[in-house]
Amino acid sequence: MDASREREATPAKNPTTVERKSERELVVTRTVNGPARLVFEAWTTAELFRRWWVPKSYGLNLLSCDMDVRVGGQYRLAFRHEDSTMEFFGTYLEVTPHSRLVWTNEEGDEGKTITTVTFEEHAGKTLLIVHDLYPSKEAVDSGSTGAMPEALDQLDELLASLRSSTETR
Amino acid sequence: MVQYRHAHVDASFGALSDATRRGVLEHLGRANASISALAERFHMTLTGMRKHVGVLEQAGLVSTEKVGRVRTCKLGLRGLEEEAAWIERYRRLWAARFDELDIVVEELTRKEKAHGRKPRT
Repeated sequence: MDASREREATPAKNPTTVERKSERELVVTRTVNGPARLVFEAWTTAELFRRWWVPKSYGLNLLSCDMDVRVGGQYRLAFRHEDSTMEFFGTYLEVTPHSRLVWTNEEGDEGKTITTVTFEEHAGKTLLIVHDLYPSKEAVDSGSTGAMPEALDQLDELLASLRSSTETR
Repeated sequence: MVQYRHAHVDASFGALSDATRRGVLEHLGRANASISALAERFHMTLTGMRKHVGVLEQAGLVSTEKVGRVRTCKLGLRGLEEEAAWIERYRRLWAARFDELDIVVEELTRKEKAHGRKPRT
């Protein structure tokens, strides 16, 4: 039938979730349809990495992407955005093929952010968990803040109930 | 009573664990108040109330503004909305990245199938 043909024609994207685990931690998860071996390759090969790290829709121009993926190796990304150039750089702390990558982000003024990416393969698909540990709560908030959307809904609910309960006094 | 389904306790929930702080939110739900007025209302020292307000402020539940010598507190709902909006923007950036990553991985998978699996180091 038509419905099944449509389903095949437009495969659904896997969902991306973001959670604020604590004041200093943000965690992003996403499943990629492919083995960890290939997903890891896409994260650790500069020519592949530069093709996806900067989404086309964001209007940023990636000028250069250098990655020396080994423990103690450095990476440096340079972008052009309108009239300014931005650089992101840091050091790889852990490189465990096909399962784990840890690096620092050192461009910030407030200290290092540590990013840990784990690659978990299940039945030919790879669950990616990207964990950012910021140097301080302020460092998260200044790039603006993150928090769990569900938790915010619940807080809104709670605040609404607090407000309505005070009206009856 | 609101049931929290999530195991992750964030600052907001910690802030709400204290009866005085819940009382302060309740009070600010009715009207803005200075720290000294809140201290008086809850029979506390100024220092004690400053600490409670500080916790609520950190959690984005309350915002304060100092005018002259008086620090006025109000509910920080706008801050909460901004947080929700930011996290959604952050999620979209990653979703867009991963959509491009899908294309790269699909291509690698196709190449591997076409050429047979090569040993990788």
